Amino acid sequence: MLKYLMPLALFIVMAVFLALGLKLNPKDIPSPLIDLPAPDFALPVLDQPERTLTKHALIGDVWLLSVWASWCGSCRAEHPIFNQLAKQKLVTIVGLNYKDEPADAKQWLAQLGNPYDVSIMDLEGRTGIDYGVYGVPETFVVDKKGIIRYKHTGPVDVRDMQEILIPLIKKLKAEIG
Amino acid sequence: MKTLKFLILLMLSINGYSAVEYRKFDTVQQEQAYKILTEELRCLVCQNQTIADSNAALAQDLRRQVYEMLRQGKSKDQITDYMTQRYGDFVLYNPPFKAKTGLLWIGPIVFLLLGLVMLVLFSRRKKQLEEVDIPDAELKKEQEKKAKVKGLLEQGEQS
Repeated sequence: MLKYLMPLALFIVMAVFLALGLKLNPKDIPSPLIDLPAPDFALPVLDQPERTLTKHALIGDVWLLSVWASWCGSCRAEHPIFNQLAKQKLVTIVGLNYKDEPADAKQWLAQLGNPYDVSIMDLEGRTGIDYGVYGVPETFVVDKKGIIRYKHTGPVDVRDMQEILIPLIKKLKAEIG
Repeated sequence: MKTLKFLILLMLSINGYSAVEYRKFDTVQQEQAYKILTEELRCLVCQNQTIADSNAALAQDLRRQVYEMLRQGKSKDQITDYMTQRYGDFVLYNPPFKAKTGLLWIGPIVFLLLGLVMLVLFSRRKKQLEEVDIPDAELKKEQEKKAKVKGLLEQGEQS
């Protein structure tokens, strides 16, 4: 009996491992920054380059850091979803314009709409490195104390927004800062 | 004429160099550390390449970061820590032994041992099968049959 059960058991174990391997997304790398303070930055604002925005100016409020660029194709896909979110006036959305040409970035926003309360320019990608950005678009959810609570890599779709991001934002907003 | 030809060729060759980053180091040790580090760090965009191999924008940025930190006098460990704090252990081609990476390190050894155990078990069982005693009654029958055949053969030879 064992003679027949052994190969079957081996097959099942292998099949489970292979199936799990197929389902895993190699692009989904867990961020070590979750539950840690959001890295500091002081970056010029896209519309007014003479003004700088720092992380400290945002403390006390829940905010999203949305990493985007005009050269990024899948940013286009998630853009309407962020436009929708902006209309709800639920949360401060900070756009991190990552390694982009300011002129291209401005044109992009003029064309597709601007969901960001403010966009800051990371021309050299240094703030990107501090946030462990490796695949634009990326979205970070930061709580009132300035702690990163969630990170989404890749374009946010309607489901991610409705089922994960919005409930989380509401929950964080209810927390005492 | 020969000099002119040489000079023209030399001018053309510069194109080949333009794609390579030129880095100036203070010491030989610094240069070696740079080489080792860029070959140990994974490019997260093109996941099966090191940042030394890859020409992706992120790899270029990470190389620049490694270079700048070395020039600032940071040690290899400090730079590795800097990268793992931001990108996690995945950025290392040589991940540290931790609870999370345990399966990665122990897995192959476990499978090897499992294979050896199975090999021993199977070869033992095969040996046992070969040594199995045939019941007496059957043995007797077999012997009788053999004797009968032998008798018949002998008879045939005589006739």
